[in-house]
Amino acid sequence: MTDKLLTISNLDIALPEGSERRLAVENLSIDLSPGETLCIVGESGSGKSLTARALMGLLPAPHVRATKGKVLFCGEDLTQASEPRMRQIRGSEISMIFQEPMTALNPVMTIGGQIDEVFRFHADMPPRERRKRAIQLLEDVHLPDPKQIVAAYPHELSGGQRQRAMIAMALALEPKILIADEPTTALDVTTQAQILKLINEMQDVHKSGVLFITHDFGVVADIADRVVVMQYGKVVETGTVDKVLNAPEHSYTQALIASVPSLIPRAPRPRSEHIVLSGKDVQKSFGGGKSLFGFGKPNRHVRAVKDVTLDLRRGETLGVVGESGSGKSTLARCIIRLMDSDSGSILLDDVDITSLGRSEMRPFRKRIQMVFQDPFASLNPRIKVGQIISQGPMIQGEARESAEARARELLEIVGLDERAFNRYPHEFSGGQRQRIGIARALALDPEILVADEPVSALDVSIQAQILELLDEIREKMNLSMMFITHDLRVAAQVCDRLAVMRYGEIVETGATGDIFNNPQHSYTQELLAAVPGQNWDRKLAT
Amino acid sequence: MADFWKRFSRNRQAVLGLLILCCVIFLAAIANIIYPGDPFLYSKFPLSPPGENGFLLGSDSIGRDVASGIAHGAKTSLLIGLIATLAAVFIGVIFGAFAGYYGGIVDDILMRVTEVFQTIPSFIFAILLVAIMKPSIESVVIAITVVSWPAVARLVRGEFLALKNREFVQACHTLGMGDVRIMLAEILPNCLSPIIVIGSLMVATAILIESGLAFLGLGDPNVMSWGFIISDGRSMLRVAWWICTFPGIAILITVLAINLVGEGLNDALNPRLRERK
Repeated sequence: MTDKLLTISNLDIALPEGSERRLAVENLSIDLSPGETLCIVGESGSGKSLTARALMGLLPAPHVRATKGKVLFCGEDLTQASEPRMRQIRGSEISMIFQEPMTALNPVMTIGGQIDEVFRFHADMPPRERRKRAIQLLEDVHLPDPKQIVAAYPHELSGGQRQRAMIAMALALEPKILIADEPTTALDVTTQAQILKLINEMQDVHKSGVLFITHDFGVVADIADRVVVMQYGKVVETGTVDKVLNAPEHSYTQALIASVPSLIPRAPRPRSEHIVLSGKDVQKSFGGGKSLFGFGKPNRHVRAVKDVTLDLRRGETLGVVGESGSGKSTLARCIIRLMDSDSGSILLDDVDITSLGRSEMRPFRKRIQMVFQDPFASLNPRIKVGQIISQGPMIQGEARESAEARARELLEIVGLDERAFNRYPHEFSGGQRQRIGIARALALDPEILVADEPVSALDVSIQAQILELLDEIREKMNLSMMFITHDLRVAAQVCDRLAVMRYGEIVETGATGDIFNNPQHSYTQELLAAVPGQNWDRKLAT
Repeated sequence: MADFWKRFSRNRQAVLGLLILCCVIFLAAIANIIYPGDPFLYSKFPLSPPGENGFLLGSDSIGRDVASGIAHGAKTSLLIGLIATLAAVFIGVIFGAFAGYYGGIVDDILMRVTEVFQTIPSFIFAILLVAIMKPSIESVVIAITVVSWPAVARLVRGEFLALKNREFVQACHTLGMGDVRIMLAEILPNCLSPIIVIGSLMVATAILIESGLAFLGLGDPNVMSWGFIISDGRSMLRVAWWICTFPGIAILITVLAINLVGEGLNDALNPRLRERK
């Protein structure tokens, strides 16, 4: 047992009274060896993040605390360690990287200053030596031009660069254990691939143990040696990555893995030739404005959508995929007229809707509806669910009784209880809220549904349910759908055709199967190569 | 509602403030019953100390009952505070809502106008307004309203700016909902909490401004108010301390109580503070 870096045995973490459950983590036992990567997988609320915080002694005391069990780190019980001792351990022997590098870094300190702090607290080194080490570290994590980055502030770096800087900081003192709490969730897929590679590389050099917390099975397949699956604070399954991913024993693990969308595109469906919506040379840029009296610099000018041309056929699902900042959400908002495009035309059955005024647009509104990304922001917290759904038809001139009757019907269609009608949105979970959002969009009997990342804020099992629901209503109502996503796995399962966007331009369009099997554009190839867990998919397929 | 009361009552001071405020309101309501008749009516006992000649809190230089003045003055202070605040909130919400919702040039124009009002120190501005309009209860209300709406406008503008880009508002646009309805029915209910809090605190400020104006002789000469009694008794502070002291205490306690209630509302309505407890 002495060669284990970390042994957690029978750990309980209590939640404050009146919480959903009494223990956030119950009877948890895991261990970690040097050079090993242990992945903790689970959905939100499974207690995986609190486990990581418990190791670091960063539980939000006094409400949440470890009540039972031991955390042995090289033979020392961390649950009993004093605060000064914990401070010594944190950063130098166990360090952590967080999900959102922007909030984990101090925005008013330079990157160099923050790395310097780590050395100042833990090591006795002259300033010049510290600076040299900082530059060396930034070089190790492959940041371009480390001398400049030392003097840069966090907001001057991109998301991926910030995460690299975080990793440099975490590795500054060559810790024995690196805890990574969803370190790539906020990053684009190509950046994610680079960061995962970097963590792997660093681990090889330093021989540290990595505790990697994630909800993404693709990532697990790529980096884990062993996997721990958690549900409601309990470990339901532990084993080597091969065993857990390919021959899961527990029913929860099986269900989780079954809901991961496969990268193998589904069989193409018969398609109609009738074009319901087409955009021609759509342009949209932001900024460039000036203040009232014309003082100051004009704002930065960004061309978010450049000459985009696309067609949507009746009954098909067109996927628009791309990384953050590629302009896909802006395009969706131009099409649904939440924003006015600068030029180009959007034809809805031969009527150009870009030139319509507000009242002229109103009859077209019901033909094209939208499902939003964030189920928590997309429903007005002060309005009852029934009203949220029936509002649309009433604005379009329908009588209250029939609109409300339709709302009740829709609640049933999207799989909610009719009693939801008189409740407020905060009484529902994320998945249920997304169902309400879908019901609101369907209330107007639209022909076209624009879905902007409708499942990216949801857990994987809920995601599968929502995708199934969307599929079902698409068939039932013969909807045409424009599906915006950054997740190629989701795109593979939902879309008939794909449009790949980068820097506001569509670089490639084609049938989903063609794009996945034979990508033409170099960016598409890069994107597909970066999707985590590809080997695992291939293995499952054979 | 029960939930709201539970959170509010957790703050003991706020409950105390509410209790005091209820007492003041009660006093104003029964002023005509316990002290019937005109509070300006003078008796033949000038400068009676408290407790003598049947004056609970003494009488002033021409024999007017201080206690009666305070009871009747409570009505004046509360009414002025309430009406001026309601008017200021009304104007402020309209300015703030349009500026925040439409942004751009509308925002620029409305906010520059607001800033003009904010650049003049509010009390001096109020004095100026009352002096121009002739002292009367209406002019006092108008002056207080004019100096206090910009704060509301700024607050509401900020809330509207933050809320107008939320997805639920965008969803309303996709349904074809009109702007006025989005502002009133969708966004406004979501920023009621801070408006209620700032409004409650503004009532206290309004009472202070009213007393100050009355003290300077700019109150309505035909309406009894706390500031008027203090102004009247200030020259006799050394021979008849009670004339200034009791109305002064009345102002202090009322303003304090309203501030405590405002704080309590803030705690109870602000979801971020809620988690901390």
